[in-house]
Amino acid sequence: MLNWLRRPKYESVERRDIPAGLWAKCPRCAQLVYRKELERNLKVCPKCGYHHRLSGPERLRLLVDEGTFEEWDAELASVDPLGFPEYADRYRQAVQRTGRREAVLTGRGRIEGVEAAVAVLDFEFLGGSMGSVVGEKVARTFERAVELRLPVVTCSASGGARMQEGVLSLMQLAKTVASVGRLHAAGLPFVSVLCDPTTGGVTASFAMLGDVHVAEPGALIGFAGARVIEQTIRQKLPEGFQTAEFLLRCGLVDLIVPRSELKSTVARLLRLMSVGGEVTVDHRA
Amino acid sequence: MTTAPDRSEQERELQQLEEQLAQLQAASPDVPDLEARLQALRERVQVLREALWRQPTPWQVVQAARHPQRPKLADYLQRLFTDVVELHGDRLFGDDPAMFCGLARLDGQPVVVVGHHKGKDTRENVHRRWGMPNPEGYRKAARVLRLADKLGLPAVALVDTPAAYPGVEAEERGQAEAIARSILTLVQLRSPVVVAITGEGGSGGALAIGVGDRVLMMQYAIYSVIPPEGCAAILWRDAARKEEAASALKLTAQDLLELGVVDEVVPEPLGGAHLDPERAAQALREALVRHLREVQAVPPEERLRRRYDKYRRMGRFTSHPSDLLAGGW
Repeated sequence: MLNWLRRPKYESVERRDIPAGLWAKCPRCAQLVYRKELERNLKVCPKCGYHHRLSGPERLRLLVDEGTFEEWDAELASVDPLGFPEYADRYRQAVQRTGRREAVLTGRGRIEGVEAAVAVLDFEFLGGSMGSVVGEKVARTFERAVELRLPVVTCSASGGARMQEGVLSLMQLAKTVASVGRLHAAGLPFVSVLCDPTTGGVTASFAMLGDVHVAEPGALIGFAGARVIEQTIRQKLPEGFQTAEFLLRCGLVDLIVPRSELKSTVARLLRLMSVGGEVTVDHRA
Repeated sequence: MTTAPDRSEQERELQQLEEQLAQLQAASPDVPDLEARLQALRERVQVLREALWRQPTPWQVVQAARHPQRPKLADYLQRLFTDVVELHGDRLFGDDPAMFCGLARLDGQPVVVVGHHKGKDTRENVHRRWGMPNPEGYRKAARVLRLADKLGLPAVALVDTPAAYPGVEAEERGQAEAIARSILTLVQLRSPVVVAITGEGGSGGALAIGVGDRVLMMQYAIYSVIPPEGCAAILWRDAARKEEAASALKLTAQDLLELGVVDEVVPEPLGGAHLDPERAAQALREALVRHLREVQAVPPEERLRRRYDKYRRMGRFTSHPSDLLAGGW
């Protein structure tokens, strides 16, 4: 397990470093893995156990029972409220590259038969950053969950608030937190899954307000960026700083769950936290 | 064509004149024609200042917000409130000198006050981490805000911070959780809450105590999701382009009023609150009292609903993605 504590280097490890063919290169152990084998293994490196990042749709497929997902608010798209340099182009490129309109997928579905409202952040879309649309869709998810008496599961993977929408992005922290407050007041459970990486404004809002915090092994989770901290304290950061394992030791996450067990763990938690039949379990699933 | 060189020249000239004025004011009264010379200098300073500050650039505003002599929490405590009693500690870990919390009277009425505590000089700032709280600072604020809730006291929050402190221990103790929890506390607080951004509103570190029924902003304060230097470094890999970033981020009080993020801009003396702290504090005091009175008149349940809706509405987006595909974007 010790090697989880070593953070992989991400200089430019996006898709560029991964040969487009049959083989994928693991960003941590640098070994080549047969792509099909990697997919079969839920994108966990069979050699070193590194959990590759998942896109939003991949994460949904992992978590939600096939054929049960009903998407909400897919039509919401960003505008460029500040006329921010290069934002429009970058946004359009992200739309073209991913075929999606924003950095979050929300809706309802079943997790091992348990009905839940789900919000999955998509790191592939502008680094999973939270601007007006992400904040709105997340807030609507919590509000609908209250209406429909559903528990909420979020999967976070985000660089934080979206710089290009300025303070409006910052306000999404308040907006999403307020909606989580309504869910708590309604007595409905909230499982927050923290994936690699969850930082900045997403961590400092809904993602850290779960009833149960589940993290993926090795995930980077924190508020301030490592470089900013290094510049401030003028020291090297401790080994394993801001990893899921570090947060577990610090008392900030409840459990670290390997990807192969994520779905069953979330389902078990939801069943355990359902009181008075408030959680609908479909036993046919 | 560009006005930038003019501006920096004017700024230099203004600075020189201000120095001359200070020297002359300190001079012995038997300097010949002292009064006349002082008067002439004051007039020239005023003319230049008006030229420079009639339409300040966003970067000028950033500099005013960060001005070393800008009034800090201690100045406002003294000028806005009476009967101030500071309360220490989060009851969990420790006491954070970067966050002030206490009881006081505003216009004779008991209130709870929370605020970022920047220091007057370097020594005090080292102690107070330049007003950048650790998690225990936010947890202290949340504790004292819950006291306001219990007693039905209004809460006043004074925001002036570069950021939440980016440190190893801050992360270990859950900086993100402390901020999120503090926001939640404010969203759900049954008491009236009025926020004033008096200097720097540095992202989540500011928002943590920056949620309220009304949010006021001093004329030359700034409020941003990221410092202009950081934004320039990310966007252009060049922190020196901070002035462009300051414009792009729309971080001035006027910008944020237009975006619906703040409810009122509190006027400052031309050139910044540091030039006349008393007058700046008076304007702030008047605005705080007026807004507090208004929100206190609203029944608690209704106030909570309005506060929720206020934040619920923030942000801009479209439900017609064709706007986007049509290239109208």
